[in-house]
Amino acid sequence: MLRFLFRRILIALPTIVIISIFVFLLQKLLPGDPLLVLAGEERDPEVLEFLREKYRLNDPIPVQYFAWITNALQGDLGTSLRTGQPVTELMAEKLPVTIQLAVMSMIFALVIGIPAGILSAVKKGTATDYVANVVALSGLSIPNFWLGIMLILLVSVKWQLLPASGYVPLSEDFGQSIRTMLMPSFVLGTALAATLMRHTRSSMLSVLSADYVRTARAKGLSERVVVLKHALRNALTPIVTLSALLFGELVAGAVLTEQIFTIPGFGKLVVDAVFNRDYAVVQGIVLVTAVGFIFMNLFADAMYFVLNPRLREA
Amino acid sequence: MVATYSDTQQDNLPGAELLSLTGLSLRFRGQINDVVDDVALEVRRGEVLCVVGESGCGKSVTSMALMGLLPADSAQISSGILRIEGEEIDLSSQTLPVSMRGNRVAMIFQEPMTSLNPAFRIGDQIGEAILRHQGGTKPAARARAQDLLQRVGIANPAQRLDEYPHQLSGGMRQRVMIAMALANDPQILIADEPTTALDVTIQAQILDLIRDLRDETGMGTIMITHDLGVVAEIADTVAVMYGGQVVEQGPVAEIFDNPQHPYTIGLMSAMPRLDAPGGRLAIVPGTVPTIANMPEGCRFRTRCAFAAAACVARPALVPVAPDHAVACHFAPLETHVAVLA
Repeated sequence: MLRFLFRRILIALPTIVIISIFVFLLQKLLPGDPLLVLAGEERDPEVLEFLREKYRLNDPIPVQYFAWITNALQGDLGTSLRTGQPVTELMAEKLPVTIQLAVMSMIFALVIGIPAGILSAVKKGTATDYVANVVALSGLSIPNFWLGIMLILLVSVKWQLLPASGYVPLSEDFGQSIRTMLMPSFVLGTALAATLMRHTRSSMLSVLSADYVRTARAKGLSERVVVLKHALRNALTPIVTLSALLFGELVAGAVLTEQIFTIPGFGKLVVDAVFNRDYAVVQGIVLVTAVGFIFMNLFADAMYFVLNPRLREA
Repeated sequence: MVATYSDTQQDNLPGAELLSLTGLSLRFRGQINDVVDDVALEVRRGEVLCVVGESGCGKSVTSMALMGLLPADSAQISSGILRIEGEEIDLSSQTLPVSMRGNRVAMIFQEPMTSLNPAFRIGDQIGEAILRHQGGTKPAARARAQDLLQRVGIANPAQRLDEYPHQLSGGMRQRVMIAMALANDPQILIADEPTTALDVTIQAQILDLIRDLRDETGMGTIMITHDLGVVAEIADTVAVMYGGQVVEQGPVAEIFDNPQHPYTIGLMSAMPRLDAPGGRLAIVPGTVPTIANMPEGCRFRTRCAFAAAACVARPALVPVAPDHAVACHFAPLETHVAVLA
């Protein structure tokens, strides 16, 4: 297993290098000069030239890349052109927020999506299955921002049950922190639950007709044990991979939801950075999320071993 | 030999009735004909009943119906009474109770490669069957699982307990399946083509094993097969199925030496023999009609050399010799062949 993981990490390394080059070049190719934003209204050529020197924007692009990547490897992703704050510091501030949001959303997604998928597979072709599918389809088609706004209107404005927006750190007030995050994570979670439900359903359906499920039934096991132990254990493998990827997406892309609920997380940070042409911040975030994504993939691969004994000695 | 047993014998003696199935008819949703049509089978203690027929003749479906393993949403059983050691189950409204499944009635399948769950250890899969029906502790179940592996002829049983199915060969996996089936000392073993997917040498070993276990435990066995070699090897009694119906049944010697149904005769002459002169094998002309195209009356009449006007009516299964019954209007054939010729 260690050998396998080691190999996967070796494969991941060039991927990360390519991503970093891509991220770097993408920024260079984008229209818009960050210095124009930084220099403001004056746009004095001398000032611009001074800033260019200062941020080493006159160097050849490979030189700029190596300077950037060397620093990045040492944990220095540069400073924000806008606020002057180190990018790592900015991200360290926002990361816990986004991770809390992602974890809570994932819990919603798993708790709703997997049981719903199992149920609709077991009750295939019945009313339960159709209802679950309609709900899932709605979950996929209803835009997050609309659901978010409706929830704010209903739960916060009308019933005044939960706060409409904002963020309270977990360490400050645990209960309040969970309460503020409840609606946004529900909005994100239900969208993912729909995807998870569809995949769990099809995965379960293929496994339920497997010969070993018939064997389990022939042993006289109860239907509950047959489904939840013998079938689910085998159906879970693709679901675990999917969940890991979905989690990666959550960390990277809760942009809209964070905007609606004004949560100061990664999504908001990246949107602000893009609008401000804040090179360093955008690069830093994209790089870190990409690496994070790759690690989630590695994690999913490692989970394969736990779930699939056939891989263990490979 | 079967004819010598009588119903007055005590229940635990060899030859006492163990399982009987009468009037089983079922179809799959959307079909216009029954895939199993009024099938009756009987197994006595210590006896191996072979159900023989081409693929699609309904033999596997019959065994699945016995076990209650047919999908309830697509298989519609219209009638059928199953009697196991005197206990009566109306298959049209109920299935074999789960408490009997894998316990008094156990089953092994055609596909040893895929019939074990790839995610669990061998020992746990056998142990599960023990714990389910006998209760007890996990270590006790494990010890029993090890004994069972030993009994079905697996070397290093202690080590095998902790292995996963993919680490075993097909023959070994079928042995594990048999061990699992024996876990609760079943009175009846249903074996659905247990040797079809195996090499010939392994086939013989598995058949030997089943026969030995039958001798040791006195269990009754229903062996589903299309292989007459297997039948010759292991059967005490035979039921020949065609198109979802039992067309002939009787003691194995009777079926081989004195087949009476044209289909059985066709099957027998399609079997290669070493003691016969070389040349082409006789074949049954044509193919089995699909279930939607089954003819009225005798389902074999579209392929039968003796087919006549009378065959539009369904022939009843009538005795031609003690314990030997045939569903053909012209049985016993000798008396009719002259007339037909």
